[in-house]
Amino acid sequence: MQLDILISQFQKKDEKAFEQLYNMYSDSMHGVIYNIVRDHEIAEEVMQDVFIKAWHKSDSYNSKKGRFFTWILNIARNAAIDKTRSKAYKNTGKNLNAEFFVDILETSENLNDKVDAIGIGKYVKALGEKCKKIIEYLYFKGFTQKETSEELDIPIGTIKTRNRNCIKDLRAMVLE
Amino acid sequence: MDIKNYIESGILELFVAGQLTENENKAVQEMMLKHPEVLQEVLEIESAVIKLSSAMAPGDNKHLLQLIKDKLQLGGKTVKVVSIEKSKYNWITYTGWAAALIVGAGLLWTLNQNKQLEVQVSDAEIEKAYLEVQIENAKTDLAAKEHLLNVLRDRHIIAVPLGGQGNFADSYAKVYWNKADNSIYLDAQGLPNAPEGKVWQVWSLTLNPLTPTSLGTIDNFNDDDNKIFNIANANESQAFGITLEPAGGSETPTMEQLHTLGVVAQP
Repeated sequence: MQLDILISQFQKKDEKAFEQLYNMYSDSMHGVIYNIVRDHEIAEEVMQDVFIKAWHKSDSYNSKKGRFFTWILNIARNAAIDKTRSKAYKNTGKNLNAEFFVDILETSENLNDKVDAIGIGKYVKALGEKCKKIIEYLYFKGFTQKETSEELDIPIGTIKTRNRNCIKDLRAMVLE
Repeated sequence: MDIKNYIESGILELFVAGQLTENENKAVQEMMLKHPEVLQEVLEIESAVIKLSSAMAPGDNKHLLQLIKDKLQLGGKTVKVVSIEKSKYNWITYTGWAAALIVGAGLLWTLNQNKQLEVQVSDAEIEKAYLEVQIENAKTDLAAKEHLLNVLRDRHIIAVPLGGQGNFADSYAKVYWNKADNSIYLDAQGLPNAPEGKVWQVWSLTLNPLTPTSLGTIDNFNDDDNKIFNIANANESQAFGITLEPAGGSETPTMEQLHTLGVVAQP
């Protein structure tokens, strides 16, 4: 598979492979990070940290343990969350409790002028409130199923199928 | 296992979200390899999440790649690093050459110094050899003089002073005659150097009648330092005289040129 070769080259510190992977995942990671830190400059800082970390820790990725996207998503989420816990960040006085990814898509905060993003924003609005939150928690905040179930006040046993249905809806919207 | 049910269970969505345990991940991975539709499902889930999150990106991030590569010292930065290394290399090279030149110059200087020292040593050797010769000469000289002294001190020696004659009143000489070995030692310090074409000739004389017998000419008189000459004399000499004769000597003494004369004292 193409991606496997790319990743193994990246793990051998191939610069071109690194660039390609960056191009494949940077927008996504940028979105995930920004969704957490909600500051353009800090998001750019964390972006650099994430890809530098990915370069240095490339050995720690093992395809048997999961998707490369999942691996780098994990690094990005953790780095962004760590950032929000730093003193410097807390001094910015941001209140993140009420923030959801959907806000970004719905407001002028999103400077991404890609047609895709505008279109997606329109569709995502149509997602159910529970779906928006379940996707937010499981994918963009890295909550466990248990944490998600507690947060949404729904039984843990239903998280899996609820999420399945939400992603199905999302796929229908963004992949057409 | 029913693949459709497996897919519908929602495990693949959790797999992409990174919500599964290590063993569950492995199981999904195996299913993906066995069943292309599972893989396809995973790719679509991932793709949807990537699209959604990409739409959340607040702006372009292409410029960040360069910053990241700079921090990792990749790409363009590498060229800079190379140029720094190159200049370092040049610095080392120049220093190396400079050091080599200094060492080379030092070596030449040392070689030159060595050559000079060798010349000095060889000069010293020559000086030493010369001094050794001088010492040897001095020793020989000393031995000769000691021998002479011993000769003169010999109790059998007869000392005959020769006084200046006529126009040559300032001249003098002494003869030390050892009858035991039939030889005389002539001390001719009181005589001037023989002029060009002339030579001193020593005579043994008997007085009644006056009969001169030549003891020979002193050919090396002018060159001799101590002016003491050992001359054989087997005659019953009664007196000794020294005349200046033409080079080669004469049969009979030229009386006008008799410089010194001394009579052997009778015991």
